[in-house]
Amino acid sequence: MRQSKMMRQRLVAIFLIGLLLLFSPVIALPDRPRLLFGLPLLFLYLFGVWSLLIAAMAWVVRGGGTNE
Amino acid sequence: MLSGPLVVVTSFLYLGLLFAIAYWADRRADTGRSVISNPTVYALSLAVYCTAWTYYGSVGRAAATGYGFLPIYLGPTLAATLWVFLLLKMVRISKSQRITSIADFISSRYGKSHLLGGLVTVIAVVGVLPYIALQLKAISSSFSILIHYPDVMLPGGAHTLPVWRDTAFYIALILAVFTILLGTRHLDASERHEGMVAAIAFESIVKLFALTAVGVFITFGLYDGFGDVVHQALQAGHLKTRLIPEGGANFWFSLSLLSALAVLMLPRQFQVAVVENSGENQLRRAIWLFPLYLLLINIFVLPIALAGQLEFAGMGVDADTYVLTLPIAHKQQWLALFSYLGGLSAATGMVIVETIALSTMVCNDLVMPGLLRRWRYRAPSMDLSVILLLVRRGAIFVVLMLGYSYFRLAGEAYALVAIGLISFAAVAQFAPAMIGGMYWRGGTRGGALAGLSAGFLVWIYTLLLPSFAKSGWLARDFLDLGPFGIALLKPQALFGLEGFDEITHCLFWSLTLNIGAYLIVSSIRAPNAEETTQATRFVDAMSINRPIAEGLWRGRAEVDDLISLTGRFLGEDRARESFAEYYAKERNIEDDAELPADGETVHFAETLLAGAIGSASARAMIASVVQEEPLGLDEVMDILDEASQIRAYSHELEQKSRELEAATAELKAANVKLLELDHLKDDFMSSVTHELRTPLTSIRAFSEILWEDPKIDLEERKRFLGIIVSETERLTRLVNQVLDLAKIESGHAVWTSSEVDLGDIIRQSIDASEQLIIDRGGRLKLDLPDAPAKVMADQDRLMQVMLNLLSNAAKFMAKESGRVEVHLKRQQNMYKVMVSDNGSGVPVKLQPVIFEKFRQGVEGSANPLGTGLGLPISREIIEHFGGRLSVKSTPEKGAIFSFVLPCINRGGAAPSNNPGQEAEA
Repeated sequence: MRQSKMMRQRLVAIFLIGLLLLFSPVIALPDRPRLLFGLPLLFLYLFGVWSLLIAAMAWVVRGGGTNE
Repeated sequence: MLSGPLVVVTSFLYLGLLFAIAYWADRRADTGRSVISNPTVYALSLAVYCTAWTYYGSVGRAAATGYGFLPIYLGPTLAATLWVFLLLKMVRISKSQRITSIADFISSRYGKSHLLGGLVTVIAVVGVLPYIALQLKAISSSFSILIHYPDVMLPGGAHTLPVWRDTAFYIALILAVFTILLGTRHLDASERHEGMVAAIAFESIVKLFALTAVGVFITFGLYDGFGDVVHQALQAGHLKTRLIPEGGANFWFSLSLLSALAVLMLPRQFQVAVVENSGENQLRRAIWLFPLYLLLINIFVLPIALAGQLEFAGMGVDADTYVLTLPIAHKQQWLALFSYLGGLSAATGMVIVETIALSTMVCNDLVMPGLLRRWRYRAPSMDLSVILLLVRRGAIFVVLMLGYSYFRLAGEAYALVAIGLISFAAVAQFAPAMIGGMYWRGGTRGGALAGLSAGFLVWIYTLLLPSFAKSGWLARDFLDLGPFGIALLKPQALFGLEGFDEITHCLFWSLTLNIGAYLIVSSIRAPNAEETTQATRFVDAMSINRPIAEGLWRGRAEVDDLISLTGRFLGEDRARESFAEYYAKERNIEDDAELPADGETVHFAETLLAGAIGSASARAMIASVVQEEPLGLDEVMDILDEASQIRAYSHELEQKSRELEAATAELKAANVKLLELDHLKDDFMSSVTHELRTPLTSIRAFSEILWEDPKIDLEERKRFLGIIVSETERLTRLVNQVLDLAKIESGHAVWTSSEVDLGDIIRQSIDASEQLIIDRGGRLKLDLPDAPAKVMADQDRLMQVMLNLLSNAAKFMAKESGRVEVHLKRQQNMYKVMVSDNGSGVPVKLQPVIFEKFRQGVEGSANPLGTGLGLPISREIIEHFGGRLSVKSTPEKGAIFSFVLPCINRGGAAPSNNPGQEAEA
């Protein structure tokens, strides 16, 4: 019971981080015509943030870090 | 070579495979080994979200806007984090009420209203038709592109052909038949379709693999990786490096919000995510696996779009077709065929689930209410479950034909993505009534009706009618100048709101009016009895375990009537089976004759029926076979209050009983401890008396000899008296030590703590016992540091410990060439004193017990060398001053007894494990 409460809190935290990184003025930072490793910076940023969000969600719902 | 017949045959083979999978999954479900209870299958079935719109349209959108295709997937990804609240609650509500569709959900929440269910159905059908049309368009154009292989030839305006020569018409017909076979095969009108879900999950795999195959071919086959595509596109000026070049951040955000809502509100998404869900724990994996699927299917979108623009620059090839035309242009016929199959799987998956969901809604919320009204006057001429099935099949057919009509009339005007977004905006109108209804008790039927109608009308006015105008059905003046030339009412700049794209504009106005009307109309009138009951069932869904049916129904009913009513829709056997299972499991009644026709039973029958015909119709049917007395709002409120009080009480009781359990466990532990102590005391008493008896016996024996034989010579007499004196001394020592230990253990010992120098104590104790060692022929070695070793302790007590250790060492050291060594050294913030000898040592198995009372390091000795209390007392003393006494010994090489005591910190006192006693002293 307590574990799933922690899980819900962590998911909300991920939601807020996602809002910040994708839907706030923060997105203007990588939004510039530059290439990094031969790829558009914005492309790397969007897919990078996206992957990290998914990894964090998977880690949280699979019980990562809840056995302290 | 690819030819028309080959493509047709492949398509049919593919559909046949789908059907086989569905058949197999149904079979497995019947034998109790369900495939769809697997959480991965559940997550894959959610990916029906990715339709032909994703498959072909994302590339088109990427070619036009750069990153504009991403919000449609980023929104659902973020929303998935909140599914543990929203989707979990939707699933729990739907399972307990046997909700069959989103229309059923909303109508059930607001008092099982036929009117509301009908309105939601109309909105869903009208809203989703363009979306179905889009799938038909995708299949037919991909088909006609593929059969022209190896030429890249785009289909001309299909609407110029007569209907019977139009491929899309036959596709719609085939899909209708296929969906009917897949979704309404059984004469069993239950709400779930296991086979269909398995087929959809399979389709999700196919479309992901197909798009990835095309992406890999283009990126790594035609080009030299991602970087190369980007480099060449950059040189040719096709690369859009900025986020949404036109429209700005509004569109980025509103599209994400729209998608986040649509991923749960679209009829097909509600169907797979909620209705077909077979276990709440499936959500946990879907929360991350579904977003991962979205990510994977989008990785190659940008490279394909860029490659297409490079390849077909200035050739007028529609970017929506790049996924297919790029393999064709490079003569990859099998890849092109696979790509076509991927698009086919994306489109058919959507069409199948969407039409099944819509047909359930049309049947339960539009057709059934009308039929029920008719049957009130005239009994139906056919078996009801057959009628249900026919209605559903008819609805599937009609929905697909309507979709085809939309395609014929408006399909050419818009790119794929624009059509899909119109549908998204329509279903977003469900959100206020739905989410509001799950968290707010105050929403009423009137409010929901007003909100939905307002939102729907605004949607028609700002999005649907303009799409007609753009297709040429309406005069463009309507769009450009406003109706009757009133500029303030221009559909896409309503009340002068300009500067937004059409989707953001529509979303803002429709949701504003929708939410506003919902809140305002709900506030005019308090919820009535029926609405209050349902509000409680929905809002409190997460805290109620048992349906609160009892008491909420009053009237007279016959169990037989209920069974035969449900039997008319579900089939006689299944109804009897369900009832039997119910009273065995839930009510613990074995004989069906004993089943009481009370509120709970009526509620069960109603829920069972709701799974087949929807909650509003089920309510009406139940009302027709039982005599009910309507409950007033006050009564309902009382019952609900009582129910929530009972819940609170039972919660309190649970907590109390948990506390009691904890207390009982503590008491039990204390009792065990007491018994143990009692046992120890008995042991101690018997040991003490035993130890006392040994010297007493010898004193008595020698005294008796002296008493009886006065003629013993002086030497003998002296020797006997010497023994008596030493035994008496031993006795005294024993009694003193017993008293000492008892005092220490009971906490009555007198301790005086002061700063003492360990070196001094060691020297003094050696002075006192050196003679003993020398007498026994041993040597003593002393190793003390120069600096004083200050500890906080009782000088006399420490002396006692040292003397005990030294006398032990003297006793046990080797007979010849005995050695005793004393070391003192500092270890971090502790002083360590070691007393070692070179005697026979302490046997390993005795090492743990020599600190216990009356245990000695020498086993089975007839004449013990000590009292067996010295070490226990020493340990008590050392531990009192926060130290530790231990032994290390290798047999035959001697023993090292050592203790540590904490140093005095600057200005601080040595820690004591029992400060209270010092105060007492």
